[in-house]
Amino acid sequence: MNLDFTFLTWGVISSFVVKGLLFSIQLTLVAMVGGIVIGTLLALMRLSGMPALVLPAAAYVNTMRSIPLVIVILWFFLLIPLLLGRPLGAEWSAVITFTLFEAAYYSEIMRAGIQSVPKGQVHAGYAVGMNYAQTMQLIILPQAFRNMLPVLLTQTIILFQDTSLVYAIGAYDLLKGFEIAGKNFNRPAETYLVAAGVYLVICFSLSLLVRRLNKRIAIIR
Amino acid sequence: MAMDWGVFCKEITSGDQVASCWGSGADVTYLNWLLKAWGWTLSVAALALIVALVVGALVGILRTTPNRKLALFGEVWTELFRNIPLLVQIFLWYHVLPTMFKSLQAIPSFVLVVFALGLFTSARISEQVKAGILSLPKGQRHAGLAVGLTLPQTYRYVLLPMAFRIVIPPLTSESMNIVKNSSVAFAVSIAELTSFYLQAGEETSRNIEMLLAVTVTYFISAFAVNRVMAAVEKRVRVPGMIGGR
Repeated sequence: MNLDFTFLTWGVISSFVVKGLLFSIQLTLVAMVGGIVIGTLLALMRLSGMPALVLPAAAYVNTMRSIPLVIVILWFFLLIPLLLGRPLGAEWSAVITFTLFEAAYYSEIMRAGIQSVPKGQVHAGYAVGMNYAQTMQLIILPQAFRNMLPVLLTQTIILFQDTSLVYAIGAYDLLKGFEIAGKNFNRPAETYLVAAGVYLVICFSLSLLVRRLNKRIAIIR
Repeated sequence: MAMDWGVFCKEITSGDQVASCWGSGADVTYLNWLLKAWGWTLSVAALALIVALVVGALVGILRTTPNRKLALFGEVWTELFRNIPLLVQIFLWYHVLPTMFKSLQAIPSFVLVVFALGLFTSARISEQVKAGILSLPKGQRHAGLAVGLTLPQTYRYVLLPMAFRIVIPPLTSESMNIVKNSSVAFAVSIAELTSFYLQAGEETSRNIEMLLAVTVTYFISAFAVNRVMAAVEKRVRVPGMIGGR
């Protein structure tokens, strides 16, 4: 064993790693919010009972879920410049990709969440004179969202881990920051090890939080 | 933007069209290369799945044993392999372990990736196996012990035959995930489908055709795994249970 971590000073970390960490967090948050919004719309489409809405939503979700994320990242990186007519940069491409990709996974969670709300709640909404949009917005979705919060957050932890795959298109994320620092000091092994530690600490703490939340929600029910 | 599928019939070094699309000897077409890359993807996925099933089942069982130390070991294992991104784990196996232990440098990167993907997935499988065992009524375990079976015998003859059948549906999706996740092996230059796309797309500038072919190939692989697991599920289903019919 010949590991030497002494080069990893705060100066090195702040000049290489912090920028990447911020991007990873931003990417996770944007993709989470965007993914949940689009995912909820997809779930509502799939539960609408109208074939014109059900079929495209189902096709989208199933296609996204059966292709490796790396391949989806490469597809968007290839297609976005063709559609826009100009290059967009790896970071923006990653933001669009993750939002649309995660929407497929969040939509399955939201679909299960909406289906977990008793049917009587829908009938009650209609009975007091609400229309579809009001019933969904005021009665069904808040309950579905609360029931599924732990699962949504668990998916977000997976999302945070998956952001490391922007490696395929060279975007500057947490892993890339460590990698560049390691290359500059010719200490790749040490930086990968520390990177693993940082991911482990972040993801494990988040999963502990989710577990506590799960217990609290279980009491409310 | 017209598609040009003829690119798959080109020889990869000279760029000459091969009439049959099938190279011979040292002449290799892009189609040959694609199929070879598919072989690598399937090999990585299949071997990693074996590692994941064996280790995942073992760790999952440990987590349900009455022995505190073994259970704790299982929990730590699961958290460790579940909370580090797969790509980082692959780098740990490929860059870090050989630096720390010189003797590992002789091991081919293919084997390292198989272990990285296998152990990453073992954490997820241990979670399913644990849930499967815990979903059985407690009386099953007590009954096994009461008729004089040892704890290993109780697991072998009473708990596991039921638990494994219960966890087949989640294992199906893990098996499909392992095919998809094998794509991350591109990062350490395993010659699998994603690497094929990155190289062949660059060489031919026919990125869309190449990526479409690779995507369809992944699609077929994951679907095939799904069908195989469905057949397994049908074969081993328990009469009298939901889905057992």
